[in-house]
Amino acid sequence: MVCEECRKRPAVIHITKIVNNRKTEAHLCQECAQSRGELTFVSPTAFTFQNFLAGMLQHSQATPTGPSVETPTAYCPNCGFSYNQFKESGQLGCSVCYEHFQGQIKPLLKRIQGSVAHTGKIPSQHGVAIECRRQIEMLREQQRTAISQEKYEDAAKLRDKIRALEKELQETKERDGR
Amino acid sequence: MGLKEAANKILCRWMKGTGPNDNIVVGSRIRLARNIAKVPFPATASEGQLAHVGDLVRMATVANGQSNMDYLAIAEMPRLERELLVEKHLISPQQTRDVKHKAVVLGRDELVSIMVNEEDHLRIQSICPGFQLESAWEQCNQVDDTLGDSLEYAFSPELGYLTACPTNVGTGLRASVMLHLPVLTMTQQMQRAIPAINKLGLAVRGLYGEGTEAVGNVYQISNQLTLGHSEQEIIQHLATVARQIIDQEESGRKQLLEVGKAQLEDRTYRSLGVLSQARVISSQEAMQLLSEVWLGVDLGLIKELDPKTLKSLVVLIRPAHLQKIIGKEMDTGERDGFRGDLVREYIRMGAKEKDSELKEGES
Repeated sequence: MVCEECRKRPAVIHITKIVNNRKTEAHLCQECAQSRGELTFVSPTAFTFQNFLAGMLQHSQATPTGPSVETPTAYCPNCGFSYNQFKESGQLGCSVCYEHFQGQIKPLLKRIQGSVAHTGKIPSQHGVAIECRRQIEMLREQQRTAISQEKYEDAAKLRDKIRALEKELQETKERDGR
Repeated sequence: MGLKEAANKILCRWMKGTGPNDNIVVGSRIRLARNIAKVPFPATASEGQLAHVGDLVRMATVANGQSNMDYLAIAEMPRLERELLVEKHLISPQQTRDVKHKAVVLGRDELVSIMVNEEDHLRIQSICPGFQLESAWEQCNQVDDTLGDSLEYAFSPELGYLTACPTNVGTGLRASVMLHLPVLTMTQQMQRAIPAINKLGLAVRGLYGEGTEAVGNVYQISNQLTLGHSEQEIIQHLATVARQIIDQEESGRKQLLEVGKAQLEDRTYRSLGVLSQARVISSQEAMQLLSEVWLGVDLGLIKELDPKTLKSLVVLIRPAHLQKIIGKEMDTGERDGFRGDLVREYIRMGAKEKDSELKEGES
């Protein structure tokens, strides 16, 4: 099939339009489709991850969910990366950006990752304290369940465990001078 | 040096090795994304900062007694050597572009590699032959532990490991398996399987990652989410799904053998025919035909070759490997000619070897 516009090059773009129940078809080559403006809806970068991300960021700003969605402070204090740069590139500047732009990043992470709570590996340098906190959290949860089921003996045992861990956590902090 | 020795020298260990289900699973890979706290990520960092990251990684690895590893600056590597590492899946294609301050720390056994200053400061990777995600994880985890002792990683108790792209935050883990699925492809079941696999939170891609086609019926399946699940959970999930795909391919092979043995035999032998006679062959065509011959060998239809001959050839015919064997750089046209020669010679040798093995077995 040749292009119906120039009648020279082969038609590679096939457009079917339905406007007010009237169907029209067009068969064009790349060049003619471009010049007729028929290609504006298939920009080659339309479906890159960055573009989706930018779209999501704009969208989440349009629906305020609390004070955290105020216009972010323009620049990261550590690397000078701006929030606009993030919107354009889909990447952050440094680890401090996550903290600085957290009001915007957390809702976004929730949407793309489905979660904002890391439950995996902990680097050894951060290890002891975080592992302690995580265990305390878990034991508290078990304690609540025990109380709601009126298993008070179990709850008391759990309380003692939590106290011991809290003490350990305190000691770790003092030892590391944190 | 004969072709056999040259090929043996150049093939990397995980590709020569064997593992569970290696008639379908080409390899299992684990990758961890890590960054140094507060230092801007590579895309934003200054030259000085990038060089600093390089020094830190060098100190934490090679200078820290990890003597079984080498620190190699990409910029100092000839183009062909870089391409070779990409074909071995030890670095990404991205790592061979804008090479200033980029490096790779390479384990001498070529099972572990650390890319320096790619999208993140560090990308630690481990790769094992066959279906061995757990072993790959153990290896990778160990290297990560060692590095974590001397490097201060960018980490938040809440969000986990912090990465340049929010899609890697949390575990920073990408687990993947490379699967050879000729029957699921031939019977067009992959077309239906891919959307289903995607719905399970896994990505399906071609041989060399993002945006590449499934050449030679080899697919890469990997996790998409990195936050909210532990490393074990992510690996388990991928393994469970991969196991089902492997089972489907296996049962598809059996069924096809039952209903159309003659046709299948004909098809795989035709492919072998072309490969043993072709004078000029493109990488794409060779991959496709090798995939079919490998299937024929695996199903016992083609008896004169061993699976290892096919598995080696699938790697050796790639452009950088081919040029390395011949020992010079060549353009595409020239390569296609040499590829034809290599394939013919290698198949002839493989058949001869198998033949003498069989005769030995008889006597």
